Amino acid sequence: MQYIYQLLVILGASFAGEVLNGLLPLPIPASVYGLVLLFAALMTGLVKLEKVEKAGSFLIATMSIYFISPSVSLMTVIARYMDSLPAVIATCLVSTVLVMVVTGKVAGLLMRSQEEKKDE
Amino acid sequence: MNEFLASKSYFGLFLGLFIFWASTKISGKLKSSLANPLLITTVLLIVLLTVLGIDYETFDMGASHLTYFLTPATVALAIPMYKQVSLLKKHMAAIGISILCGVAANAVCILVLCLLFGMDAEIYHSLLPKSVTTAIAIGVSAEIGGVPSLTVASVVITGLFGSSIARLVCRIFRIKNPVAIGLSCGNSAHAIGTTTALLMGEVEGAMSGLAMVIAGILTAVLIPLAAGFM
Repeated sequence: MQYIYQLLVILGASFAGEVLNGLLPLPIPASVYGLVLLFAALMTGLVKLEKVEKAGSFLIATMSIYFISPSVSLMTVIARYMDSLPAVIATCLVSTVLVMVVTGKVAGLLMRSQEEKKDE
Repeated sequence: MNEFLASKSYFGLFLGLFIFWASTKISGKLKSSLANPLLITTVLLIVLLTVLGIDYETFDMGASHLTYFLTPATVALAIPMYKQVSLLKKHMAAIGISILCGVAANAVCILVLCLLFGMDAEIYHSLLPKSVTTAIAIGVSAEIGGVPSLTVASVVITGLFGSSIARLVCRIFRIKNPVAIGLSCGNSAHAIGTTTALLMGEVEGAMSGLAMVIAGILTAVLIPLAAGFM
């Protein structure tokens, strides 16, 4: 029965996220509201970690398969944007690598300088 | 065949899961971080459906049931974040600044490349929100005059590519700190990148989930400003 309760908590946060998404005029999806709500509930002790951990771990471990259909939906757009596709793909690839490097390098540098300050 | 299968709700579900399962086997055999199971699955399924003449809608009849769990799975990312909350508090400044730098670099890079390739404003507006999770990207794209379907395509291309090259990029550019690796994955390749980060470790996964959320919110707020440049 613990799985049912755990799933209930996560689905409850998902539903609350959907409600917020409907009420607030922001382009923020239900999943992000739900994530923030569950995080807040864990932080305040409203929900105990062991009351969501098992069902949550299952959902996270299987996360890739929930992207199968959205990924395959690429096939419906390929034909329509054939002409600009090479440039679109090139832009996606180059900017993805750039964002990865900038984020990782800046985070690494800042954390290192923070550590060094503490050591002094 | 398409007509026969169009009424079968377990066809897409079974085929999608089967190809994913096969892809994890292929990925394990190839032993390369570039052989991302979701990327292999996507390519195989698109080729297979096209060759067999099956519509995406027919496939999605069943496969969409899996997508249904995407929201609760994203909500569950609060769990690894909560477990790493001490690390999160400790590096708050570094996390915030690095994510902001990444979001800004993304916008500048897309503007420069769109000008370089001579793409029109509609495509520029569709690509701007590509590094964040689909639902936010679609909302932002619609707001700034992009084409939502092209935005979804660029979000998927970015996610699949990002999660495939994440390990390689981190190795080449010597990004070694687990916090930095996680932030890189989530900030560049949103939830799909987070699936890869989760495989690297709990800290990486938690930071990637966090970066995805913060980048998503920053993008929703800041990208409409960048849209005016073209």
